[in-house]
Amino acid sequence: MMQFMLLFSRQAKLRLQKWFVPLCDKEKKKISRELIQVILARKPKMCSFLEWQDRTIVYASLYFCCAMELQDNELITLEIIHRYVELLDKYFGSVCELDVIFNFEKTFYILDEFLLAGEAQETSKKSVLKAMEEADLLQEVQQLL
Amino acid sequence: MHMLGYPAHFGQLECLKLIASQKFTDKRIGYLGAMLLLDERQDVHLLMTNCIKNDLNHSTQYVQGLALCTLGCMGSSEMCRDLAGEVEKLLKTSNSYLRKKAALCAVHVIRKVPELMEMFLPATKNLLSEKNHGVLHTSVVLLTEMCERSPDMLAHFRKLVPQLVRILKNLIMSGYSPEHDVSGISDPFLQVRILRLLRILGRSDDDSSEAMNDILAQVATNTETSKNVGNAILYETVLTIMDIKSESGLRVLAINILGRFLLNNDKNIRYVALTSLLKTVQTDHNAVQRHRSTIVDCLKDLDVSIKRRAMELSFALVNGNNVRGMMKELLYFLDSCDPEFKADCASGVFLSAEKYAPSKRWHIDTIMRVLTTAGSYVRDDSVPNLIQLITNSVEMHAYTVQRLYKALLDDISQQPLVQVASWCIGEYGDLLVSGQCEEEEPIQVTEDEVLDVLEGLLASNLSTPVTRGYSLTAIMKLSTRFSGVNRIKKVVSIYGSSIDVELQQRAVEYNALFKKYDHMRPALLERMPIMEKTATNGPTEIVQTNGEMEPSAVEAKHPPPVSQPTSPANDLLDLLSGNDVVPVIQTTLPSKPASAGGDLLELLGDISLGGGPAPTPAPAPAPAVSSTQPAFLLDGLTSQPLFNDIAPAGIPPMTAYNKNGLKIDFTFERANPNPNIAVITIHASNSTEADMTDFVFQAAVPKTFQLQLLSPSSNIVPALNQGSVTQVIRVLNPQKQQLRMRIKLTYTLKGSPVQDLAEVNNFPPQSWQ
Repeated sequence: MMQFMLLFSRQAKLRLQKWFVPLCDKEKKKISRELIQVILARKPKMCSFLEWQDRTIVYASLYFCCAMELQDNELITLEIIHRYVELLDKYFGSVCELDVIFNFEKTFYILDEFLLAGEAQETSKKSVLKAMEEADLLQEVQQLL
Repeated sequence: MHMLGYPAHFGQLECLKLIASQKFTDKRIGYLGAMLLLDERQDVHLLMTNCIKNDLNHSTQYVQGLALCTLGCMGSSEMCRDLAGEVEKLLKTSNSYLRKKAALCAVHVIRKVPELMEMFLPATKNLLSEKNHGVLHTSVVLLTEMCERSPDMLAHFRKLVPQLVRILKNLIMSGYSPEHDVSGISDPFLQVRILRLLRILGRSDDDSSEAMNDILAQVATNTETSKNVGNAILYETVLTIMDIKSESGLRVLAINILGRFLLNNDKNIRYVALTSLLKTVQTDHNAVQRHRSTIVDCLKDLDVSIKRRAMELSFALVNGNNVRGMMKELLYFLDSCDPEFKADCASGVFLSAEKYAPSKRWHIDTIMRVLTTAGSYVRDDSVPNLIQLITNSVEMHAYTVQRLYKALLDDISQQPLVQVASWCIGEYGDLLVSGQCEEEEPIQVTEDEVLDVLEGLLASNLSTPVTRGYSLTAIMKLSTRFSGVNRIKKVVSIYGSSIDVELQQRAVEYNALFKKYDHMRPALLERMPIMEKTATNGPTEIVQTNGEMEPSAVEAKHPPPVSQPTSPANDLLDLLSGNDVVPVIQTTLPSKPASAGGDLLELLGDISLGGGPAPTPAPAPAPAVSSTQPAFLLDGLTSQPLFNDIAPAGIPPMTAYNKNGLKIDFTFERANPNPNIAVITIHASNSTEADMTDFVFQAAVPKTFQLQLLSPSSNIVPALNQGSVTQVIRVLNPQKQQLRMRIKLTYTLKGSPVQDLAEVNNFPPQSWQ
């Protein structure tokens, strides 16, 4: 099960955080800060997994970081991160960091359509995007009313 | 809750207002805010429960979806209890969008409130017959969670194995499906999840494992390995094969896949391969040996994670045949690795050397090498271990002391090396000076040079107080081995006024030896006897083969302080481990964390189950359990063995059987630092009026455990609780499962044989966790 997911830039600015376990704010901040430092210190050629405080951290380039439990399959988690980036890309059309900054609620909605309770809920890209479209449509329709 | 320093608690209530609104936009933002700002520690979150309940029954599926999502991500146990019924209802709906969310929500509910698991059982009946991959995926997650938590559920769901195999087969065989495709593989997420569920279902069950063999072989051979996706699936397959009761051909296939992973350029894959090999090295040792050279190459990799894994694996692979080659590589690694590895590597080297050393000389050479390269990182208790080893190899004394002396000349900054060296010089200085080395070119050393070196240690800033103690004692010992005593007397008297209390005490005492008790000096400072290795289970006691006992008649006349009826060895031992004892305890106990070192010991401990010379670090020369308490030199050291509580005492004893007058109690020890081995001592007592003769105790444990029964203290349990029969059982529990035992008792009471079977289930949790 995924315990949390962080998205941060190279300047150590946290863009997105999704927590699937209850922790107090102070702990969350502490963990985020420490983890960002550890990951930014790693050289580019290094392996994407590391063990940290008995969780496994999986990160792909551009610093998407997922913390898994020790018995989870690390390689498939990499795939989950890739899939999430693809979803963002499809939704925003060649996504960049600005999209995440200015439309953070949309990134959360996409994440909520893709992951729930720390597990992937929908393996088909099309379905996730369709659900997002329809929800957005619903929003707009209600706006007009 | 603060934002930019200002209290923002109002935000939480705003979220609740938004959630309660009718508009979808508001609800969306409200729920998002709730997930980010609220969690189970705030009381406010309970107010959401009603809103979520209403929204779970809303007409629009997206609103229902939002509610499920929020509940699934941050629902507390109270909320889950209230809303579990609604979730269960939604689990049965035909709307696949909602069904998949409900399934994951159910997973969250089960995680929070495991008792509610039963509630979801009926709804799972036809989950697997869904066509929609999303629902399939989440259902498999749900089933996995249920099976992991409850063995009853596990048994219940075993019958699903054929269905799962079928689904997996369809996935692999079916053609290209654009919707679920990732780099040419259809729905890898689902495949991986199914493989994981199969692993759990097949774990200890032969039939299920057999049913899966074919499909696992198929997946293993047909999956493409050029992309990460394929490797992810293969990795999961390998883990499954190793965990279930697969046939040997399949296991070999799995290990070969791991071997191929090791050669892959991608670091991630190599890391994953090393991790899995580490898990399997105990069971399939030979197969992993084949890949030894690749693993050793990984030691030279630049990546920290890979190096660590490779190091652990290398230590696990060392055996009698390859020890020389492996040690060479590992010592080279020790030279060049980062400081964080050095401690673990050093202890690993020591352990392996102890177990597999082909010759004493090699052993000593290896230890010397470790001390000179990573001396400051070795554990504190390695010094006494080393010293004990050196005393044991009698023929190597000259060689050892010569090498140590040379090492000292080069470098005096590494404390463990200096300590061992000064001890040896003190003991064997005469061999050094006389130049009788057989193994190596003997060097010409004069007494003065030796004393120069030792005095240099005393005076140097680099030496810790402990080291200074060692060197002072060494100088003192040389007074009986060397001819020129005056110099030594001078040194000793100088340090009689040293600032360091420990040194001062020693110097003063040695001075006294020179002045008043000179006749005793030679006997006191004689060569130390061979120390035997102490057992680490239970209280440590030194078994000393000491022939040179002090004539006790002499002390009767002298004041108690110097009455040393216990051997000079005791005296010197105490000085050796004197003040080190207390700090040593503190380092051994915390040095069993979940670090590579700790894992190492466990691994090696597992391999050498039978015991033998305890490979665990024991502060070997503990103060002897001597009844005499010479207060003089043993000030501050207590008489009781300080280490009988290394085992975490705290596992309560239990009564396993009590019938017909025969009572069997179990007491537990975890003295062995391997937490997978529980040492149980049974005490059988008899409250009837007649003795129970021919008493035999037998025990059986479930398949995942291993049992070793040592011989009982006797076959007769005396009547009326006059005594008890004890027997030691060692149970290996690598999977940390609940300990259960079936016992069979046979005995003869008043002439008639009695036999009884019983099951023991009430083991305290600490004994198997």
